[in-house]
Amino acid sequence: MKNNKVTNVVFAGLGGQGVLKASDIMSEAAFATGSDVKKSEIHGMSQRGGSVSSDVRFGEEVSSPMVPSGEADYLVVLSSDQVENNRAMLKPNGVLITPDSIDVSQLPNKRSINVALLGMLSSHLEIDEKTWMDAIRGNLSEKLHEINEQAFALGRQTRQG
Amino acid sequence: MSNTERLLLSGNEAVARAALDCGVSLGTAYPGTPSTEILENFSLLGGKAQWAPNEKVALEVGIGAAFAGARVLVTMKHVGLNVAADPLFTVAYTGVSGALVIVSADDPGMASSQNEQDNRHYGRAAGVVILEPSDSQQAYDLMREGLEISHRWQMPVILRMTTRICHSKTIVTPGEKNLPTEAPNFERDVTGRVMIPAYARPAHRKLRAKLAEIEKWNESCALNEVFEQDKTLGIICSGISYMHVREAAPEASILKLTMTYPLPLEKIRKFVDSVQRCMVIEEGDPYLAQCIRAAGMEVEDKDPMYRFGELNVTRVKRILAGDNTPEAAPPKGKPPQLCIGCPHRNVFETLSKHGCIVAGDIGCYTLGVLPPFEAMDSCVCMGASIGVGLGLRHVLPDEQAKKVVSVIGDSTFVHSGITGMVEMMYNQPKTGHVLMILDNSTTAMTGLQEHPGTGRTLDHQPTHQLDYEKLANAIGIERVFVVDPFKNMEDLDKILVESLASEQPTLIVTRRPCLLVSKKIKQYQEKANQTCQS
Ligand SMILES: Cc1ncc(C[n+]2csc(CCOP(=O)(O)OP(=O)(O)O)c2C)c(N)n1
Ligand code: SF4
Repeated sequence: MKNNKVTNVVFAGLGGQGVLKASDIMSEAAFATGSDVKKSEIHGMSQRGGSVSSDVRFGEEVSSPMVPSGEADYLVVLSSDQVENNRAMLKPNGVLITPDSIDVSQLPNKRSINVALLGMLSSHLEIDEKTWMDAIRGNLSEKLHEINEQAFALGRQTRQG
Repeated sequence: MSNTERLLLSGNEAVARAALDCGVSLGTAYPGTPSTEILENFSLLGGKAQWAPNEKVALEVGIGAAFAGARVLVTMKHVGLNVAADPLFTVAYTGVSGALVIVSADDPGMASSQNEQDNRHYGRAAGVVILEPSDSQQAYDLMREGLEISHRWQMPVILRMTTRICHSKTIVTPGEKNLPTEAPNFERDVTGRVMIPAYARPAHRKLRAKLAEIEKWNESCALNEVFEQDKTLGIICSGISYMHVREAAPEASILKLTMTYPLPLEKIRKFVDSVQRCMVIEEGDPYLAQCIRAAGMEVEDKDPMYRFGELNVTRVKRILAGDNTPEAAPPKGKPPQLCIGCPHRNVFETLSKHGCIVAGDIGCYTLGVLPPFEAMDSCVCMGASIGVGLGLRHVLPDEQAKKVVSVIGDSTFVHSGITGMVEMMYNQPKTGHVLMILDNSTTAMTGLQEHPGTGRTLDHQPTHQLDYEKLANAIGIERVFVVDPFKNMEDLDKILVESLASEQPTLIVTRRPCLLVSKKIKQYQEKANQTCQS
C-alpha cells in the first residue's frame, strides 16, 4: 500500500449550490477511469442553506471515505464566504479553487458555477475531457447539458489562460 | 452474468440493490436520515416499497409478511428502533418463516439527529444478530447474508449501518440473483407465534439456543476477517472504523468483526493472544471493548473523549498514540435556516409575538428555535410536543399554563401525535390546550417523503388521505381551525389569541405546502389525472 497515491478533493459551499452534484460528477469521472473511488458527504439539514461539504478520494486503493484534515490536494469552494471555515482541509501547497477567478458574467447560467469550478479542477487532473463530459451528462437532465458543457469549458480555459 | 458489473453506489443504494437481487417481496419503513434512500431506491429499482406511519407499524407489517414466508426489508434510523423496540424484542422469540432484515442506520456525530445512541446494544438486549458493514460492497453483501442467516435460523437480523456507510459512495460488484424458490403461504404455528406466557417461556429458551448456535457458527465463518501483519500491534474494529484503521495504521494486524452480536469470543481470544498489544477501535459506545473485557481478555480502548462524535483517520491516529489532549474545535460553518418563504416562518413569528411557551417537535420546523424566531422551548423525540405541552399545562401556574402551545409537523403528527391528541381530551388540563399541526403536505426534513396525510404512497400514487380535522372531531375536539399561515397570517394571529383565551382544547392546522414540494405535488397530480383519463 506504500506507493498508493490517493488524490483528495474536498468540495464545500452552501446547501442548494450544487456541492453534492459537483462531487458526484467528480467521483463518476474518476470511477470511469478505473480507479478506486470513495465519496463521502454529510447531508441532512443542508438543503436549508447551511454549510455543506463532500469529499472525493481516488487512486489505486482508498480506505477511509473521508479526507483527513490538512490532506486535501484540492479544495473547491463554491461560495467565497465558505473558504475560511474549510481552509484547514487543504494540505500545504494544495490548490484552492474558488469562483473568484471565474468571470461569472460569461456563464450562461449562474447556477452552473459548480460545473465551471469542475472545469478549473479538471485542468489539474489526468482525466480526459470526454470522461468529464460523460460524467456531467450522466448527472444532469438533458436540458441542462449545453449550459453546463459551456460552464465546464469556461472553467477549464480560466485555468489554462 | 452480473459479476463483472462495477457500480459506484452509496451504502443505501447497495442495500436496495441487494434486496432486489434477493427477491425481497416487501420493503417497509418510516423515513429518517440517514436511512431514507434505501426504500426510495428499492422502489425506483422496481421493488414493492411503502412508508408506514411510524417504525413500529413498519416492523409489524414486516413481521406479518415474514410470518407468511416472504423475504422482508424494514429500515429506520437509530431512534426509529426505539419506537419499534416493542415488536423487536418479541419477534426475537417468535422468529420468522421467510427472512427479515431490519436496517438500523445510526448517526454518530448527529449530522441530523437528536441523539447519538449506539444500536449495537439492541443486539445484546433483544437477542438479535447484528451485522456491521464497512463500505457499500459489504452493505450489499451483508444485506444478502442477513437474509440467509435470517432464513436459516428463522430469526430477525439487524443490519447496523452508520451515516458514513449509508451516504458514502464506494465501488460495488453485485452478485448473482438469488430469488426465493417458495411463494408466501400461511402455515399455522400457534405455539411459535402466539406469545402468551406458556408459549413465550419455551420461545425464550429456543432463542438462546439459536443464539448459541449462531455464536458457534460465527467463530469459523468467513464474516470476521483477520489480517495478519506486524504483531507488535493488533487492532480489533468493525464498521467504518476498519477503514480509518487501515489508513491510520497500515502495518498493524487487524481483526475486523462483521457479526458483532453474538461475538466470536474464541476467535477474538486467539487474535488478542497473537499480538503484543491489542487495541479496540470503535465508534460510539465502548461496546466491543466491554464485551471483550467481560470475557476476561485484556485489551486497550479509546479514551472516553472519543466516544463523542464520529471517528476519522486523524482521531484514530490520536487514539493509537494515546493522545488525549483537547482536539481543535471544528471550524464553524453556516447553520441551516428555514428557507426564505417557508410557511413555518409565519407560525413561529406569531408564536414568538405572543410570548408562547412552545412544546416543539422534530422536523424542519425545529429550526424555529433559532433566531430570529427563538420560539421553541422543548424538543425531545417525535410526538413528544403534545405530551410535554400537556404536562406543562397540568402543573404550571395558570398565567403560564395558558401560554403553552404544542407544535407538531404533519408527518410527525401521524407518526406519534395521534395518541397524544387522545390524551389531550382524556386528561384535559384545566386551562385547556392549543395544539398546532404544521401541515406542509410533506415530510420535508428528510427530503420530501409522502405520508398518510398527503394522500399519496411512497411512489407518489394517489391513496386514501388522512383527515386531521375529522380525526380531531372524532377524538372529541370541537374547536378545530384550518388556516393558511402564508396568505392569512392575520387570521392565524387572531385564531391563536382566541384559542389561548378560550381555555378549551383546540386544534389549529396551519396548511400550506412546503416551498420545495409544491411544484412536485402539481406534477404528481397531473400524472395521476393522466393515468385516470387513459
Ligand atoms: C423515531 C424517529 N423517526 C424518524 C426521525 C427522522 N425525522 C425527524 S423529523 C421527521 C418528520 C418531519 O416531517 P414533518 O413533521 O412533516 O415536518 P417538516 O420537516 O415537514 O416540517 C423525521 C422523519 C426521527 N427523528 N425520529
Ligand atoms: S424545506 Fe420546506 S418545510 Fe423545510 S424549511 Fe424549506 S420550505 Fe420550510
